[in-house]
Amino acid sequence: MSLNVGFLIITVLKIAGLLAWVYGLLWGLGQRTWAAKLVTVVGAFAVIQLAISLPFGSVTLFSDFDSGLLFQACTMAMVALGLNLIYGFNGQFSLGQWGFYGIGAYAAADITYRWTNDDARGLLVVGIGVILIGLVILVVHRFLSQYTGVPVMSAFTLYLFGSIAAGAVAVALGGAGHAALAPLFGTKAAPGILQSPVVIQLVFFLAVLLAGAVAAEISFLFGLPVLSLGSDYFGIATLGFTIVVNTLMINSDTILPFPEMKGGRGMIGIPKLTNWFWAFAFLLAVIVVMRNMIHSSTGRAIMSVREDETAAKVMGIDIANNKLLAFVVGSLFAGVGGGVYAHFIGFLSPGTFDFLVGFNPLIIVVFGGLGSMTGTITASFGWIFFLEGLLRVILGQLGTEAPTWRFVLYPIALLLLMLLRPKGLLGTVEWGFLKAPWVPMRSRAEANTPPQA
Amino acid sequence: MVFSAGNSPAPTLQIEGLTKRFGGLRAVGNFDLTVQPGELAGLIGPNGAGKTTVFNMISGLYVPSAGDIRFQGISTIGMEPFEVTRLGIGRTFQNIRLFPSLSVLDNVRIAYHTHAGYRMTDAILRTATFTQRERELTERAQDFLAIFNLDRIQNEQASSLPYGEQRRVEIARALASSPRLLLLDEPAAGMNPAEIVTLMELIHFIRDRFDLTILLIEHQMRVVMGICEYITVMDFGEVIARGTPKEIQTNPKVIEAYLGKGAAHAA
Repeated sequence: MSLNVGFLIITVLKIAGLLAWVYGLLWGLGQRTWAAKLVTVVGAFAVIQLAISLPFGSVTLFSDFDSGLLFQACTMAMVALGLNLIYGFNGQFSLGQWGFYGIGAYAAADITYRWTNDDARGLLVVGIGVILIGLVILVVHRFLSQYTGVPVMSAFTLYLFGSIAAGAVAVALGGAGHAALAPLFGTKAAPGILQSPVVIQLVFFLAVLLAGAVAAEISFLFGLPVLSLGSDYFGIATLGFTIVVNTLMINSDTILPFPEMKGGRGMIGIPKLTNWFWAFAFLLAVIVVMRNMIHSSTGRAIMSVREDETAAKVMGIDIANNKLLAFVVGSLFAGVGGGVYAHFIGFLSPGTFDFLVGFNPLIIVVFGGLGSMTGTITASFGWIFFLEGLLRVILGQLGTEAPTWRFVLYPIALLLLMLLRPKGLLGTVEWGFLKAPWVPMRSRAEANTPPQA
Repeated sequence: MVFSAGNSPAPTLQIEGLTKRFGGLRAVGNFDLTVQPGELAGLIGPNGAGKTTVFNMISGLYVPSAGDIRFQGISTIGMEPFEVTRLGIGRTFQNIRLFPSLSVLDNVRIAYHTHAGYRMTDAILRTATFTQRERELTERAQDFLAIFNLDRIQNEQASSLPYGEQRRVEIARALASSPRLLLLDEPAAGMNPAEIVTLMELIHFIRDRFDLTILLIEHQMRVVMGICEYITVMDFGEVIARGTPKEIQTNPKVIEAYLGKGAAHAA
């Protein structure tokens, strides 16, 4: 077989167009007026929506394959941005991101799967559980902040038992709530009000948010004791976390009481609710939240921990809290990404969340540049489209086994990049909206005259 | 400010019987020191005398093996370093510890973290509180930079600055955390004579301008003798002498510690 040159050119143009779209979006969001920002967001949404749905004769500009890659790129960008917050900005080498991504995916999938099968318990238990555990964490935190020098394991024990108790209450309340709501689901023949498309969209939206919250709360409980380890040891511990999560997924129908997840066979029948609107909205939310956080006092504190822990301590920054904050927010992004991913193909396999695949976001973050949000987003889109999309298609035309060569080309690309640009594609450079606001010089009128040499 | 240095009856810093052991090595033993409000005190001694260890214990980086440290009457034993800083003790490091890849302005703005005056949610939603407080905070940081003649390089990366400027950024950053007591660990290390003169003027200036109490470690005798009002001399982890610069210069024990046995007779 030979290469189809025309197809190749069109694909390369599409990828170039998409990267231009990413940079255009970031540039437009960086404009001063709200009107310009709004126009940018609506325009950016519309362009892709048209590319996906507007037919040119019998085809659309973006095929199903392309839009699939697009959704994958969006979720990957969320996961990788979260990891960049933890590793790139806070300096904590973590391999646990993939585990939180998996937790988010399974949590969100379980909520909507149960809902569409006339079971409100998924949403109710997770929703009530997240709120109660959040409250428990807040109360315990308030309680502990009265004392200094509480050993971290004692604090962890309090949080853990509080959370387990709250979880048990949530299961009981969820069961009761489900009994009350059951009639509203109606029957298969005559679906009730809770099965209307609007409610299902709302449930999906809540499911994704809750997926993020579940990941965040688990990361809080996990991170509290583990973050007190030094950086490398923390990396190993988080790798262990990803493996544990993966093992639990494989045995979700035997060890865990979730027969609908079907263990290693993979969870099928998840409603395919992710569309371009939701993928875009959640990606945008993650980008905006992360950017606003980084360019604030919180973000500067997070970066100071990466730069020099001792100096940060002496600047009055609570190192332990600060690391935990970055870890929790980063995991929240991963959970949201997982929720969006789960509803895109309607199938979740534990193999997707294997720790080896979990190196992908790490590679993307390093590739794009540690501490560069622009770099991470670019690398996520580039990674998916070049390596998963373009290469798979090109190599596929050369022979049926050829796409496997991707796994030789990935590492070579990474090697070359590290040799040519050791700080990643973009280093710490940001673009447009993601750039730190420019601070103008201040007149020296107010300042007293200092002694000068 | 809750504490006013002028009216507080308690000494700014009172250290009693401070001891630090690293395994079998006693780095600091039975160290006493009292610093009165507004004082410019010096801590000197040969290499390895335990001066920086004392600083690390005052700022909470090391936990003392024994003894007590009181800052304005409050014991800081068992406090985390960030709590000590929030109490009002700022410091610089012997081997400059800036946040290397951040800008000069951000280095100073980080010091405002604890009293930024807005929450993370304000920052994420970009509320009016955030916008206003962030502007105030930035302007205050810029004022500090102007005092230290660093305002023109506010957007430079900290690691790209020459040594002298890095020192000044570090002092500006320590001051921005609004301390009542400032610990300077060898501020003149690696400076040329002209820079040292400027530094001495600067230390006097900030003490008067910010109504500070300053405790400094220094090897350069011209600096110590030139600006310190009261000097404590350490050797092998213990205090061997205290007094005014004049008294210290003629103290035979000090001369012996610095120059060896017999030197006092020769002098």
